[in-house]
Amino acid sequence: MLVMRHELLLVIITVILLLVEIFLPKDQKHKIILPAILLFTIVTILGFLPGITGELFGGMYVSTALTMTMKNILNIGTLIVFIQSVSWLKKEENKEKISEFYLLLLSTLIGMDYMISSGDFMMFYLGLELATIPIATLAAFERYREKSAEAGVKLIFTSALSSGILLYGISMIYGTTGSVYFTDVKAAFEATPLQILAFIFFFAGMAFKIAIVPFHLWIADVYEGAPINVTSYLSVISKGAAVFILMIILYTVFAKIAIIWRDVLYVTSIITMTVGNLFAIRQRNIKRFLAFSSIAQAGFILLGLIGQSQLGMTTVIYFVLIYIFSNLAAFGVAGIIANVTGKETIDDYDGFYRTNPLLSLTMMLALFSLAGIPPVAGFFGKFFLFAAAAQKGFYILVFIAVLNTIISLYYYLLVIKAMFLNTSDQPIGYFRSDNYTRIGLLLCVAGILVIGFASPVYEFILNLSYGLY
Amino acid sequence: MITFSYTVFIVLIPFILFLLLGFFGNKFKPVVSGIIGTTGLFTSFLLSCYTAWQYFFVVPKVGGAFVKLIGYNITWLRFTENLHVDLGVLLDPISVMMLIVITTVSFMVHLYSIGYMKGEKGFERFFAFLSLFSFAMLGLVIATNIFQMYIFWELVGVSSYLLIGFYYEKDTAVAASKKAFIVTRFADLGFLIGILILSVTTKTFDFITLTDPKGPALMQGGSILFMGLSTMTWSMIFVFMGGAGKSAMFPLHIWLPDAMEGPTPVSALIHAATMVVAGVFLVARMFPIYVISAPAALEVVAYVGGFTSLFAAVIACTQFDIKRVLAYSTMSQIGYMMLALGVSGYGGHEGLGYMASMFHLFTHAFFKALLFLGAGAIIHAVHSNYMNEMGGLRKYLPITHATFLIACLAIAGIPPFAGFFSKDEILAAAFEHNKILWAVEYAVAGLTAFYMFRLYFSVFWGKEVHYHHTPHEAPLVMTIPLMLLAAGSIFAGFIPFQNLVTSDGLPFVKEIELSIAIPSVFIALLGIVIATIFYRKETTLPEKLAKGLGGFYRAAFHKFYFDELYLFITKKIIFNHISTPIAWFDRHIVDGGMNGVSFVTNQVSDKIKRFQSGQLQQYAWVFVSGAIALALAFIYYWTL
Repeated sequence: MLVMRHELLLVIITVILLLVEIFLPKDQKHKIILPAILLFTIVTILGFLPGITGELFGGMYVSTALTMTMKNILNIGTLIVFIQSVSWLKKEENKEKISEFYLLLLSTLIGMDYMISSGDFMMFYLGLELATIPIATLAAFERYREKSAEAGVKLIFTSALSSGILLYGISMIYGTTGSVYFTDVKAAFEATPLQILAFIFFFAGMAFKIAIVPFHLWIADVYEGAPINVTSYLSVISKGAAVFILMIILYTVFAKIAIIWRDVLYVTSIITMTVGNLFAIRQRNIKRFLAFSSIAQAGFILLGLIGQSQLGMTTVIYFVLIYIFSNLAAFGVAGIIANVTGKETIDDYDGFYRTNPLLSLTMMLALFSLAGIPPVAGFFGKFFLFAAAAQKGFYILVFIAVLNTIISLYYYLLVIKAMFLNTSDQPIGYFRSDNYTRIGLLLCVAGILVIGFASPVYEFILNLSYGLY
Repeated sequence: MITFSYTVFIVLIPFILFLLLGFFGNKFKPVVSGIIGTTGLFTSFLLSCYTAWQYFFVVPKVGGAFVKLIGYNITWLRFTENLHVDLGVLLDPISVMMLIVITTVSFMVHLYSIGYMKGEKGFERFFAFLSLFSFAMLGLVIATNIFQMYIFWELVGVSSYLLIGFYYEKDTAVAASKKAFIVTRFADLGFLIGILILSVTTKTFDFITLTDPKGPALMQGGSILFMGLSTMTWSMIFVFMGGAGKSAMFPLHIWLPDAMEGPTPVSALIHAATMVVAGVFLVARMFPIYVISAPAALEVVAYVGGFTSLFAAVIACTQFDIKRVLAYSTMSQIGYMMLALGVSGYGGHEGLGYMASMFHLFTHAFFKALLFLGAGAIIHAVHSNYMNEMGGLRKYLPITHATFLIACLAIAGIPPFAGFFSKDEILAAAFEHNKILWAVEYAVAGLTAFYMFRLYFSVFWGKEVHYHHTPHEAPLVMTIPLMLLAAGSIFAGFIPFQNLVTSDGLPFVKEIELSIAIPSVFIALLGIVIATIFYRKETTLPEKLAKGLGGFYRAAFHKFYFDELYLFITKKIIFNHISTPIAWFDRHIVDGGMNGVSFVTNQVSDKIKRFQSGQLQQYAWVFVSGAIALALAFIYYWTL
């Protein structure tokens, strides 16, 4: 059972935390925070131990060096979310439900891990649902707030719709190939019109999770309404997991129709980054702003998937890893500001540098990384991504992507300008962030800086990616 | 097996110091930051010495030759299997020699600065920048590939900019730092073009592959022709342009005299001993390519070097600011080194010029750093840069006087001081290959002796000046580096360079050729004698001579009007006739277009906002219809 180490460890700590929760008196619920974080840190570290690869349940569950790395990446991201959300969870109105947050979040993570390790469409679907439904409850975590409740409802409805379409696609795949196992489907898949339809429906379901245009509309409302820590989890971990499994399925199951899905990705990639950017320009609410910018980032990720090769795969994983750190840093700063002052619009950030220089610098670093400015990690992520696509000859696509990078630079700089150059009569006053937030942000900053300069990370992923071919 | 992985610390220590002093410097007392910086550099210095000892005496040679070793390496950016950027430590005779030079001078300058900069505002900032510079310069010389070198090359430029503009409240310092940065940046553009041509032709950045006799750079050198010169020649000319910028070679020399606005220890470190020889180092690093694939480019190096050395020496004779005299003298001496490389062949005694150039680089670092630090002590004592406001200082500054005299003798090439040996090799190499340049260098040797002793006599002898307060000798922390460097200036010449640093790594036999050495010493003595007659006591001879030379003297005094010429070209011609129309075009057409684009973008952004209505049923509708539209489009496209 060591093959399933990641999932089992998560299940074990989920059960432990559930038991702790039951025995904690009602006014002592906050005491679960430290054990939860410590336990999860241990799990994250254990994840890095050399694992055993193999199959379980007759091929329903597959574990490779690659999937283990993906899970480790997700673990690290989740750990940062755990740490960052402490100050929010300690608020009076959330105090009673602290453990709910951890339990639900861990459930989704278990779902994601199973999804990534799935060897057939049933396992994949189970994982997907487990990864989605708890998030809807998390989005409605602050149900006393109308917007949060709205976010939960919208998420559950839209994801039900997308699951329906996805299942429809899977059923057609099963209908035409006679199997739900990835290996069988791969062998029997032939690009008949029905199968193309099936593929598109499957893709639409995944596109919903990754927030690819035109399946992205839920994003803005949910991101804005949900508590900011849930939003950051949704935009980073949830999206990263979906990208990982989409990549695996595209590269293995649908390898035969690569020329077709490449075109699908080509079109949606261009639409996604352009629309995401155009929407992002006009946003004044920082959460909505980050939501749309993350749509644009999804477009870039698709571009990396197109360069179907070992290099393309490596660059996507590398990009997602960097994206996790950068976006979590940005959300972390926005989150602490929202928690302390309740302010969420970009105009509120005027003159922020004068009062809180360190947080401003962190935000700047995060946005630079998202925009892809050297020498921070984001630059290398984008650089390799574009290089992978260019190597396959997609010059026009890369050109459009570069144009979009310029647009994105504009709106990222707007935030930085607000913080550093604009002055305000009533800037956000100085505040000390708590230690958890500091550790969380420090991890992100370290990630952004180290991954950019330390090539071993990239080399490591590059070597892993051989596994898939 | 001897490992050299510790060499990475030689480079990393200054970087850590920079971070430490840069971020937390204001938390320490000023003296503490000075001591931290100095100790760190001393550690680097010791490590360098150990490296040199191991490299030259312990590591077994291959076929009698020193090998190029990779002390430490990581792949940093991988573009393709073959083309990748590494960061690492390359050890070969010249890089090990440069490690010694840089860490020695840097350590001396750190120590000296504790005294010199005492009480200055931004003391710890100064040390942070010094460490940053040392880091950049060390990273440059140990670069394993040309890309790494370029990165550190630019970092050197930045830290030099920061240090020249250290007194940022002074307008002249700001102007000088900008000038230095812009001129060298412009030259670096050439360097970058050179790198690009080189890497496109050879498909590698790696120095070992590039200079390998069987490597692509040397094998296919003459293949493609453009305007009568091979690709490799063009790339090497462009690379030399970068080197000429950093080394202040004519016509990119205009920034160096102005750079003297920086604190004097900075001038000693950057603008005398280390950064300005980066160009020489660059040519030496690529030397096999120059000599085998691009002899025409090497020719350029030789003539640029020769001309600069003469040109700068003439100007140096007319200047009154002691730091500027030294700056022009530096240019002149670097011209010597370039010339020596330019007239060198490859291998054995043919490579005499190469060895002489490196030898002169080594000895020059000692006596030029000493001269600058001595000048710093003088300025420290009398609070003026102008030698016509000085005189008779030998009584007040005995240690400075003695060490300064040693340095002057060394640079003038009087045996047995260090400069004599290295300069003699250069003259011998020039004599063998190019008689014209050889003659020029003889003249320069005489001029060098003349202007150095003009400086020496004007400052320490000459007229009695009444100072506002009695000048006093610098504190021990400043005079110790002077004495140590003076020792270096005396003894560095006895190092058998022909056994250590040669073009092909093999030792060769050389002797001091009396037919070259005797005339050169004679010319130097002649220069000194003339300077003695003119400046030992206050006379009217200099003015008479200046009058007699008339226009030529005035031109030299005004540095041959090069600043004015550049200003004329940039301000009058480029700004008025090129930049203004382009600016108009930019403002009205390009900006207009961009504004149009951003206007449209914003409008579109506004319009599509309506899609985001917040209504769930509409979202569902878009979702389903999007999926169906995609499906139909692709089924139609791929199957029908």
